[in-house]
Amino acid sequence: MKLIVPLQSVVQGRNGFLLGSLIPCALFYFLQLYLKRRRSNSSNSSNNNNNPSSPSSSSPTPVLPRSSSRSNLSSRGSISRVRVSKLASILSKPDDSLYYIGLDRVLQDPYHVFVNPNGIIQLGLSDNKLCLDLIEKWLVKNLEGSVMGNGDMNLSINGIVPYQPFDGLNELKIALADFMHQVMGGSVEFDPSNMVLTSGATPAIEILSFCLADQGNAFLVPTPFYPGFDRDVRWRPGIDLIPVHCRSTDNFNLNITALEQAFSQARKRGVKVRGILISNPSNPVGNILTPDMLFSLLDFAEDKNIHIIADEVFAGSTYGSEEFVSIAEVLDSEYIDKSRVHIIYGLSKDLSIAGFRVGLIYSHNKTVLDAAKKMSRFATISAPTQRLVTSMLSDKRFIQEYIETNRNRIRRVHDEFVDCLTKLGIKCAKSSAGMFCWADMSGLIKPYSEKGELELWEKFMSVAKINITPGSACHCIEPGWFRICFTTISFEEIPLVIERIRKVVETCKSSS
Amino acid sequence: MSLENKNHQLLSKIATNDKHGENSPYFDGWKAYESNPFHPTKNPQGVIQMGLAENQLCFDLIEEWIRNNPKASICTPEGVNEFRNIANFQDYHGLPEFRNAVANFMSKVRGGRVRFDPDRILMSGGATGANELIMFCLADPGDAFLVPSPYYPAFVRDLCWRTGVQLIPVQCHSSNNFKITREALEEAYMKAQEGNINVKGLIITNPSNPLGTTIEKETLKSIVSFINENNIHLVCDEIYSGTVFDTPKYVSVAEVIQEMVECKKDLIHIIYSLSKDMGLPGFRVGLVYSYNDEVVNCGRKMSSFGLVSSQTQHFLAAMLSDNKFIDKFLAESSRRLRERREFFTMGLEKVNITCLPSNAGLFFWMNLRSLLREKTFEGEMKLWRLIINEVKLNVSPGSAFNCSEPGWYRVCFANMDHETVEIALMRIRAFVNGRDKGKNIEMKRWKSNLRLSFSSRRFDEKVMSPHMMSPHSPMPHSPLVRAT
Repeated sequence: MKLIVPLQSVVQGRNGFLLGSLIPCALFYFLQLYLKRRRSNSSNSSNNNNNPSSPSSSSPTPVLPRSSSRSNLSSRGSISRVRVSKLASILSKPDDSLYYIGLDRVLQDPYHVFVNPNGIIQLGLSDNKLCLDLIEKWLVKNLEGSVMGNGDMNLSINGIVPYQPFDGLNELKIALADFMHQVMGGSVEFDPSNMVLTSGATPAIEILSFCLADQGNAFLVPTPFYPGFDRDVRWRPGIDLIPVHCRSTDNFNLNITALEQAFSQARKRGVKVRGILISNPSNPVGNILTPDMLFSLLDFAEDKNIHIIADEVFAGSTYGSEEFVSIAEVLDSEYIDKSRVHIIYGLSKDLSIAGFRVGLIYSHNKTVLDAAKKMSRFATISAPTQRLVTSMLSDKRFIQEYIETNRNRIRRVHDEFVDCLTKLGIKCAKSSAGMFCWADMSGLIKPYSEKGELELWEKFMSVAKINITPGSACHCIEPGWFRICFTTISFEEIPLVIERIRKVVETCKSSS
Repeated sequence: MSLENKNHQLLSKIATNDKHGENSPYFDGWKAYESNPFHPTKNPQGVIQMGLAENQLCFDLIEEWIRNNPKASICTPEGVNEFRNIANFQDYHGLPEFRNAVANFMSKVRGGRVRFDPDRILMSGGATGANELIMFCLADPGDAFLVPSPYYPAFVRDLCWRTGVQLIPVQCHSSNNFKITREALEEAYMKAQEGNINVKGLIITNPSNPLGTTIEKETLKSIVSFINENNIHLVCDEIYSGTVFDTPKYVSVAEVIQEMVECKKDLIHIIYSLSKDMGLPGFRVGLVYSYNDEVVNCGRKMSSFGLVSSQTQHFLAAMLSDNKFIDKFLAESSRRLRERREFFTMGLEKVNITCLPSNAGLFFWMNLRSLLREKTFEGEMKLWRLIINEVKLNVSPGSAFNCSEPGWYRVCFANMDHETVEIALMRIRAFVNGRDKGKNIEMKRWKSNLRLSFSSRRFDEKVMSPHMMSPHSPMPHSPLVRAT
């Protein structure tokens, strides 16, 4: 509840102190109290009915404040009402983030070239559909050995059905270490015994959060950032994310001064910062951290005695001229305390198999690995999938071809897309990797604020029928930026998408 | 300060406490097994694993089904065209056909007496993940859940470790076959309230692990009344519901609340999994079924932390909707389980070892009180170490399950073939006969690796929560700790 002091009468000193400021303040305060009580009463009664889960925008929902920890939330509910956990009361409400609302809207009216050509085109999920045909071809050629076969790899049913090592099959770890080595340019080796496998990168981030910080602590995170971090770090681990704002003038590159400032401000507030969470290549901007910046980050972390969590899931999707350098490579080259750096990786982006749930934590810190291993029991990769993926990754020739083709196709779509957007007058941030462009639509929004951005988002959704992610969902400090994913459509569908965007652009231009 | 100390300091409290439960002496049995595993030809003197509740009796049926249904797997010419549809599918609602199939299967396991709504089914990373997820949805850190003892040891990890929830045991006794009584529940609940502990609910396992018994309908109704009156949640872990092989007929809480209209359905939640009934623990299919909308909405979002692989969902959608196969499988599995249990327990009776009468589960609850030199938990642990060391069987001591009385041991019987069962029986018979004749079969020495978790001090009566850290020795190629 906000405590807003009507400033005008105080400042201007009209009607004296009592009438001019104290009484209006008190009245205003009581009004808010009354409204709040009324709101919680009506949500109380609606909770007791069987409310379906459809996202409704009508009732006001308590927002999970972006920068406060769980301990700030007050409990509600009367004695006789069935009480769930505080977390559940909040999370069971419809999402208020446009990232998730957008995904829901697409589900209700999804575009399909024949069945529903006027549906909403999904450009808000960084899924990679460009190379599924390659994998399908490989499956067709290699079926016998993939899951159920006999011989070398003990692939009989007895091998896949019983309990397995919870942090992943050793063969899969070896295969993943090789894959990471290849995908990240071949300049750094990964040791399989430093890995804990998890069912996707999402639980990997959550597990690291549980291991590295206590409830109420915080991580610093450069903005704009992947909306999913809010979920992975805040929900159950209860760790706060403190934004470190990056600006378009720097092409949204991180700078250490901003980190320093954020750290000391946090300290002043009594918040304990336990680590820095970065994505490299960055989601949603698509830029890559230079080796220099990586060294600076390491120095900073060393100085403050905190961890670095580096989410490198997009390492294989580089298309620009810059080369991707994993933070693991930088650790190799100098004597640095390796124990504070932890890498998140997964096959959802670079190998297009998001549904199969294959992720991992990579760390040199044995204590972290040990704790993470135990926690991986909550998120183990399904055994048939482990076998299938091991088999696929062991086919070195296929993987080499896949990595190259994937890069080329991403580059092709990216270049074309950015080109078309530029022709429409929309500039994108300079990026070298990722499956999306970070587009500057600030010229199209009115007013130049989050509200204007929200209105433009709605226009794209309902008029253009495309789902793109607004910068506010990524905590971007400057309004008007949007993330547009281009790997969920084919090259041939680009003109269709551009045409729909053009419609909105023209509407905006004509109304201004 | 040393690097390791510095490292330790940098980690969270959760990462450095031992609520994960893996330091309990109970796991020494695992270590003994893993360092010397039995094999009929390669290592016939090794330790036989009887501490793992895994259902391996019906692999052949599953294999046969897979061979006859190539479309179910995306790794066959018939099924590969489905690959593109599921490769990117990570919607936390889950594949609709998967949820429908699961609802269908769950209904079949309960004899068709209840129907389940596919929209209330949530996925999670195995029953382990499901148990944790429901706690995050129902309780805040510091809240408590009542749990009847004896109970599954890893509840401590699953329900308490990352959630901050605490468990309050409700003692059950052999005098009435460890049944849960209303009095015991009320006593535990009242004591908690007096201690200012906020009890959020009760978690029961039905069929029970480690007892192997199912809860009678009247008792279940009484439990439901209890939680309803006190407005606390009831979580029913029904992961062994498909392993019922004898009368009394299984009654699920889902059936009971159909009859008890006055019960607030919002309080009822079921945990399920395919690891025990279907013998597919490697697939990591954990499920939460809740009658509470808030829990469903919240839990569904939390599924992201333990989604079932879409490849597995796709496969199971086909298998679990094959009604003919399911009927045959459940009937045959029950038959084989009953046969196996009977063979084993009759063999034990020949040397006067009795077991708690049970009609479900992959294990039985063996009574070795007559063999204890002292009727204490220390005596139980001594006998247990003897059994591991000399008899070379890894069974699980009752104290690991927080049992109120010493002398009980859980024996798993469904994770081995018939010959191995015979060998195990032979060893037990030899041991009992030797002990009866008063021969001194004291241990020559304790195997050094069994001392890993213990200092040289004497044991307390209750050895449930040791304070020492066991050395972190990762064992490659096999889990240090397996589910029980």
